Amino acid sequence: MAYHFDFSWIPDYSGVIIKGLAITVELTIVGGLVGVTLGTFCAWARALGPNWLKPIVGAYVELIRNTPFMIQLFFIFFGLPSIGVHMNELVAANIAMVINLGAYSAEIIRAGIQATPRGQFEAGASLAMSPIQTFRHVILVPSLQRIWPALSSQVIIVMLGSAVVSQIAAEDLTFASNFIQSRTFRAFEAYFLTAVIYLALAILLRAAMRGIGTIIFPRRRRA
Amino acid sequence: MLRRHFLAIAAATMAATAALTGVAHADALADITKSGKLKVAVPQDFPPFGSVGADMTPQGYDIDMAKLIADKLGVKVELVPVTSANRIPYLQTKKVDLVISSLGKNPDREKVIDFSSAYAPFYNGVFAPGSVAIKSTADLSGKTIGVTRGAVEDLELTKVAPADATIKRYEDNNGTISAFLSGQVDAVATGNVVAAAIIAKNPPKKPEMKFLIKNSPCFVGLNKDEPALLEKLNAIIAEAKKDGSLNKISEKWLNAPLPADL
Repeated sequence: MAYHFDFSWIPDYSGVIIKGLAITVELTIVGGLVGVTLGTFCAWARALGPNWLKPIVGAYVELIRNTPFMIQLFFIFFGLPSIGVHMNELVAANIAMVINLGAYSAEIIRAGIQATPRGQFEAGASLAMSPIQTFRHVILVPSLQRIWPALSSQVIIVMLGSAVVSQIAAEDLTFASNFIQSRTFRAFEAYFLTAVIYLALAILLRAAMRGIGTIIFPRRRRA
Repeated sequence: MLRRHFLAIAAATMAATAALTGVAHADALADITKSGKLKVAVPQDFPPFGSVGADMTPQGYDIDMAKLIADKLGVKVELVPVTSANRIPYLQTKKVDLVISSLGKNPDREKVIDFSSAYAPFYNGVFAPGSVAIKSTADLSGKTIGVTRGAVEDLELTKVAPADATIKRYEDNNGTISAFLSGQVDAVATGNVVAAAIIAKNPPKKPEMKFLIKNSPCFVGLNKDEPALLEKLNAIIAEAKKDGSLNKISEKWLNAPLPADL
């Protein structure tokens, strides 16, 4: 089993790899920020929102959580044009990431909200806080702190899941490795390199989420 | 010294024997007529040229072509399913008389077998709906073209497309076809066989051939030094082109008339 690694193609394809890396990072940042914001809204709507809104948000969350990401992506990119909704593959990929993470993070954040003892709502009200202030300071921040590790994992899952956007010709990191493989036939090296980059991205992203956590939750309890 | 002489004589004798037996079996055409059977290597995994139908019998362009040739020779056809890797060895070892298996011509193959005249079109080109004006690579400027990643069209088009043309590379032919049908790309670069498969589904957007990327028509393969068989084959193909029977096969399997220059 003597296999000779040949990475001599890297200089020729460094542009493709860097572009792919940039697109994967862009998808993760937009998907993460907008997706978690959407998820927070949906969590509020499902746990504390008006009754007419609950079933609508519930339907969205269940629809997304019970269908494959790739089908959602294909539906947006290949399906919607049939009813006149055209968008390029990057917009389609971003939208798919946002609605996917939105639904999953909604359930994670909702779990945090519902774990907040009822008495804290009342404590907020008795301190003359407005409902918005109560939600922000008494409910949301402690909830997020409680579920932050789960949420971090979900963001990483979505980042890794973004690999499928190469199926609609979005030129992300996975596209770059497939492209290199189809030109150099160096499958082992191409996927080896990409796997290492994804691993590094995941480790960095987890560190970044931890960093954001220490900023949002200043009085984070240490175990 | 003596030993070397012996070897030389042995080699010469063997060569002479081979030549003699070769002469004795030179006329494959006579053998086919005598046995009343034409053995043809056909594909079984390459629609529309050759695949297995719902009733488990082989069907396709190549199968119809094999039947046509056997008909004209007045013999029965025996179809031998082959893969693209073993079709030439089958011919060389005389397991079959002819290879009709979407076989393209290239110098390496020409060294080992002979080819008839072309019987089927096989080419890659840029396809787009009739309303899109494209005549040459220069017209691709500013347009988005879908290709299947790593396919011949991808490699060729990447070389020749203008700098401001966008090439979108999809995972497989289905991705490329979906992108074309949903209007995500202005044009696709693909094979005539794929274009035929799209037209067969009768979509609102019909791909029309705009210009050629690579032409590699299919030929019937036969063993070398069979002048009688080769001549007969070429006569059959020429006649089938003239009387429209080959055109009928093309319309049936490729949804397009036989190109005039084939």
